[in-house]
Amino acid sequence: MLEIPVIRFGKTYDSMSKEPVVHFETGETLAQMHQANGGLVKMDLRKAKNAREALRSFAPEALIEMCKKAADLYLEGTLPLGDGKQSPAEFVRIQSATTGLPEHMCASNMRKNAFVLKNMDKVLDALTRGLPLDILTKGYGIEGRGVTVSYQANSPVLGLVLPSNSPGVHTLWLPAIPLQVGLMMKPGSSEPWTPYRMYEAFAQAGIPREAFAIYPGPHDVGGALLEGCGRVMIFGSQQTIQQHAGNPRVSVHGPGFSKLILGDDVVDDWEKYLDIMVDSVFLNSGRSCINASGIWVSRHSREIADAIAKRLGPVAPLSPTDPKATLAAFCIPGAAKAINEQIENHLQTPGATEVTASYRGGPRHIPQERCDYLRPTIVHCESADHPLANTEYMFPFASVVECPQSEMVGRIGSTLVCTAITHDEKFKRQLLDATNIDRLNIGEVKTLSLNWLQPHEGNIIDFLFRERAFQDAPPPAH
Amino acid sequence: MSDQSLEQRAAQAKQQLDAHVRECVEWHFNPATGCDYWLNKAKKLDFDPLKDVKCFDDIKKFPHFEDDDLRGGPVERWIPRGLKDKPAYVFETGGTTGLPKSRVVMEDHWIDYEIFSETLPDEHFPKGANWLMLGPSGPRRLRLAVEHLCQVRGGICFCVDLDPRWVVKLLKKGKMQEANDYAEHVIDQALTILGGGHNIQCAFMTPKLLEKLAMKLIDQGSSIRQKGIKGIFCGGTELNQQWYRFCHEELLDGAYIAPTYGNTLMGLACGKPFDPADNYKISYYAPQPRAVVEIVDFKDYNKVVGYGETGRVKLYTFTKELFIPGFMERDEGEREKPFNKFPWDGVSGTRPFHEIAKSTVVGVY
Repeated sequence: MLEIPVIRFGKTYDSMSKEPVVHFETGETLAQMHQANGGLVKMDLRKAKNAREALRSFAPEALIEMCKKAADLYLEGTLPLGDGKQSPAEFVRIQSATTGLPEHMCASNMRKNAFVLKNMDKVLDALTRGLPLDILTKGYGIEGRGVTVSYQANSPVLGLVLPSNSPGVHTLWLPAIPLQVGLMMKPGSSEPWTPYRMYEAFAQAGIPREAFAIYPGPHDVGGALLEGCGRVMIFGSQQTIQQHAGNPRVSVHGPGFSKLILGDDVVDDWEKYLDIMVDSVFLNSGRSCINASGIWVSRHSREIADAIAKRLGPVAPLSPTDPKATLAAFCIPGAAKAINEQIENHLQTPGATEVTASYRGGPRHIPQERCDYLRPTIVHCESADHPLANTEYMFPFASVVECPQSEMVGRIGSTLVCTAITHDEKFKRQLLDATNIDRLNIGEVKTLSLNWLQPHEGNIIDFLFRERAFQDAPPPAH
Repeated sequence: MSDQSLEQRAAQAKQQLDAHVRECVEWHFNPATGCDYWLNKAKKLDFDPLKDVKCFDDIKKFPHFEDDDLRGGPVERWIPRGLKDKPAYVFETGGTTGLPKSRVVMEDHWIDYEIFSETLPDEHFPKGANWLMLGPSGPRRLRLAVEHLCQVRGGICFCVDLDPRWVVKLLKKGKMQEANDYAEHVIDQALTILGGGHNIQCAFMTPKLLEKLAMKLIDQGSSIRQKGIKGIFCGGTELNQQWYRFCHEELLDGAYIAPTYGNTLMGLACGKPFDPADNYKISYYAPQPRAVVEIVDFKDYNKVVGYGETGRVKLYTFTKELFIPGFMERDEGEREKPFNKFPWDGVSGTRPFHEIAKSTVVGVY
């Protein structure tokens, strides 16, 4: 069993308070996580400046090279973890064992993180729109077009309140390091693995340990990060999103309510797009905010729902070690049961039918001794008014909603990823203008197929840096 | 002191508790001295407390006390007839939403804190020094109790207003910034008092406020100790082993901290004095025989767990003002062995009871 300490800007700290991380199926304690307390975080925040200073002692280009090296170490190295060591295979096994995600999905998420690290130069070039990165270090400089620009870091560190159940989200914060912003992380209680492994990979690649702090711990640790960091990225529920809405210091990530829309011009050929629809709902066990939770069409909704249900209905849980496993387990006691009951309650409202039921050959909710599974569920909604028309659950669940195209943009609500398949220029314009859509794909793009050169829920550059005026000489006479 | 003498002291304490319990039951169930609540309750019991309760263990014949019974009026039903001529206070607990629980008190809060005063080390809580009270005020007993503690020790207590119900409301609405602003407002007042030349050397503070005050002083290049505070009396379930150590190592600059555990019903359990050998473990001991703490099995609240084992905290109060024959506290912890200073069971590692922990807001002020 591993003992994993708190990391305080590169220094290990053994806490008196420890919490076990357990295997979701066997209950075996796999690690003891040393627990930080909020006060510890607040004390360390007083030294946050040093984290950025340590990173600024390297040029961004050097840090980018170290990120590339870190990608290899993260993906292939056997790295220290607490009082032990961890190979990539062990990482995958333990992440699966504590999050309930099948092992091959953990491996896939690992490759995704490594890809972003490996391509950090391209990612930053895209996100900064080609800005010479030394301008971010120095604070000002002259862009290629001969204009003086100035950027100021909003905070020497980025606070991270990370999730327990979505190992795929870590790509979002990786650019902070080459941008010379330190990290103060609160890992999810069941998924401390990625932050610790990433920390070791970064450190072994030459990035100063003083740039990293990792605080496993209770809620007050997250509260201290939110209170004290100039910029914080937090992952949570819809309630978390609402709580921090409008706070410029907080970048909040939660349910995505992502959608796939077929325009009136293509909907009669819906069968052509069935694979995209199924994959958007189903890949990564439907757990991600970028999985489609709604398929919106103006007609053929019943046939579409039926066709997706026919594919997904029979899918049943397999062991997480099985390479064919497609469903993630719910490891939080009671969560799956509550979701199942909520869906059943909503189905009592007329206007929606569960289409998967007839293909499933059994109940949706599969309780096991220490975890639960929810089998894929496709619901047909006669209109956008039904309570299930715009919901998101952390398993393969989607509503196929019948809605006139002219009303779609107004009715889909806040949508993280919208894939619209249409050639209708007027509709495309409407979609491009829709401010309730974050990432827009026009074309045959699965909602999960993210291009990392694109910003996600806001550009991290704009979040971490403030563009401001700077002059070191009088302007031309005018 | 040998184990034998500890055993003797423990046996003596047990005898004293049994005698005290008999006396207490006689008082509370005597129609001339008891209160309406218990006299009425006695009619519904399937035993006669006056005849059938001869020792502490017999208290377990009573059903567990439901603290919801403390909600609403008339509060006079709690006043023992034998004390009806004494001036009464009413102290409240809970009450962020709905009716708070009320406890009527005449002198218990003074007596509890006088007993507690005897346990405070004079070198860290000097007699005659003035105090700062930085905790909940209003209908809570804490303010008056701490003020009395200070007066008993020959000092004058400087107080700051604090309304925890408002803070709970802010937190429940997710208004973190407003909650922080309120805490800042409290800390600003504390700093003003500390800077006022009042010879303040001792303080009561909640852990959250102690943290905030200490950090604010650190940011000003000062410290709790440099501001003259030698001893802090502090309580709350968030005062755990790790936090205690954090305070010693990083926050207090050598000031002494006396952890306590208690509530409006029981009074105040004292912390075992700091001993490096305990590795920052905090153990509390009730002021027996006036109150008793037991650690009981999660599935059988009448079964005490073994030493070092985990269970739910069960409290008993046996004073002339209040009789509580077993109340299930919203905390859990480990059963601790008696030791020389307190030769009866204690509790360590107190934390919110795991079955209700998620729905409880703790440590708001």
